[in-house]
Amino acid sequence: MSRGTNRRAALKVRASVFAALGAEARLALVEKLSTGEPQSISRLAEGSALTRQAITKHLRVLENAGVVQSVRVGRESRFEFRQEPLKELQSYLERVSEQWDEALARLKAFVEKPLRE
Amino acid sequence: MSNRIEKTIELNAPVSRVWRALTDHHEFGEWFNVKLDGPFVPGKVSNGRITYPGYEHLTFELVTQKIEPERLFAFSWHPYAIDPKVDYSKEPSTLVEFRLEPKDKSTVLHLTESGFDAIPEGRRFEAFRKNDEGWIEQLSNIKKYLEPKA
Repeated sequence: MSRGTNRRAALKVRASVFAALGAEARLALVEKLSTGEPQSISRLAEGSALTRQAITKHLRVLENAGVVQSVRVGRESRFEFRQEPLKELQSYLERVSEQWDEALARLKAFVEKPLRE
Repeated sequence: MSNRIEKTIELNAPVSRVWRALTDHHEFGEWFNVKLDGPFVPGKVSNGRITYPGYEHLTFELVTQKIEPERLFAFSWHPYAIDPKVDYSKEPSTLVEFRLEPKDKSTVLHLTESGFDAIPEGRRFEAFRKNDEGWIEQLSNIKKYLEPKA
């Protein structure tokens, strides 16, 4: 696989993570799961205005983006939060951010230097 | 974590000087390390080549969005487009905005880059936009969770 393909894939993953997190219902699920403990759909439905079906649908979107994964505990299927995609997003934004720090430092030096005689 | 990058920097130069450094394509190229083929014109594409040592094989492209003299310069582009094998034109672009504000004889420059949430699939994008504000706030909660363990 070429580096280009890898990068393209990485972009796709990033976009799907951003998209997966782009709904309040899913973020609420991520927050519930971010305690680290795998939880069943019934448990996630407790105190939620959403039906189990709706929750299942949202969990699938999160699962496809890699933000959660399903694990089996005995006969029960539970969902678990995965940190990696969010960390990857964060480090991507940090890289872009660092590039700006460098560019702005160059801009500063450029506009502050005395004009040529 | 947020879906945008925001920076503020104070430059010890008048607004007119900073404005020229941003919007004159030759001057922009000097500090940004890119050689551009033409001036920035709203709605038009500017192409160029990176001049940063080690990255000279890369091309550069942006679309000027807004020029409000000495106040706002905005363009869209593909961030971190460093792989020549990837066709970034099909990827979502981000919006870069430079806002200038005079402060005595200096200039306060606010930079934002937004749109990292944009994605190719239109429907998902719409779904995301509707919840724009909420998720930024909620992501900060996730960040709190992630950071102590990081």
